[in-house]
Amino acid sequence: MVTYMTNIRRDVFQAIADPNRRAILSLLANQRLTLNGVADNFRISRPAVSRHIKILKECGLVVVIPQGRERYCEVRFDRLAEVTDWVEQYRQMWEQRFDRLDQVLLELQKKEQQNVRKK
Amino acid sequence: MSAKNKITITAEPGKQDLFVTREFDAPRELVFKAHTDPKLYAQWLGPRGYEMVLETFEPVDGGKYRYIHKDPQGNEYGFHGTFHAMSLESMVQTFEFEGYPGHVSLDSMTLEELPNNRTKITVHSVFQSVSDRDGMIQNGMEKGMSEGYERLDEIFAQTNS
Repeated sequence: MVTYMTNIRRDVFQAIADPNRRAILSLLANQRLTLNGVADNFRISRPAVSRHIKILKECGLVVVIPQGRERYCEVRFDRLAEVTDWVEQYRQMWEQRFDRLDQVLLELQKKEQQNVRKK
Repeated sequence: MSAKNKITITAEPGKQDLFVTREFDAPRELVFKAHTDPKLYAQWLGPRGYEMVLETFEPVDGGKYRYIHKDPQGNEYGFHGTFHAMSLESMVQTFEFEGYPGHVSLDSMTLEELPNNRTKITVHSVFQSVSDRDGMIQNGMEKGMSEGYERLDEIFAQTNS
């Protein structure tokens, strides 16, 4: 459980932690592009774009497919499901907890009304 | 009852905090009471299918709390922390899962009065690091907890119908 703390994080959360990487992902969502094609859309340097693509590759969100002389970057969005699952799980925990709080509050209000009537 | 109040979770990627907000069809005094009365608190906080033991509960500034969730297999999950400012408007406390010692979050809850005797709760949790935040929520125990909650919801639904 603690091991991920000491390893270099290479998971989806690491991938989307950086705004440039998020921008690269949304760019690639609509089209496959070469590294140069990606870099043309950004002000940051080509090596910087290349570094981000490398991290996205290591996180499993981007694959690079050689085609002729070119190498195309493609998004693998299924990995992003890990993010929605993560928030979804947490949302459910709170939702169920608060649904129960609703019931407790409902009971309290009923009791209060009964007390008022008694008086 | 009116349409179900929706919960909103805001957890931006790469940050070490998150927000949980939800509205309740009850006045603020009652929402506060449900958070500070040990009997009421134990009724809604623990996961379903688990025994909820509120071992220590001192909801005042400087007070402590510790509770244990026991599953049917006899596994125990302990949580503890310290209360800070506690008022109708806001409740501040630290939170630590004993299975993950040394990783403490700071939870600030604000209770906002809304018209028609309604209340909005906002929980702001700040973790020590991004991976603490993500790790806490990813860990399997939470998953088990949410499964537990679902079962209790069913029980509630049956007793209310």
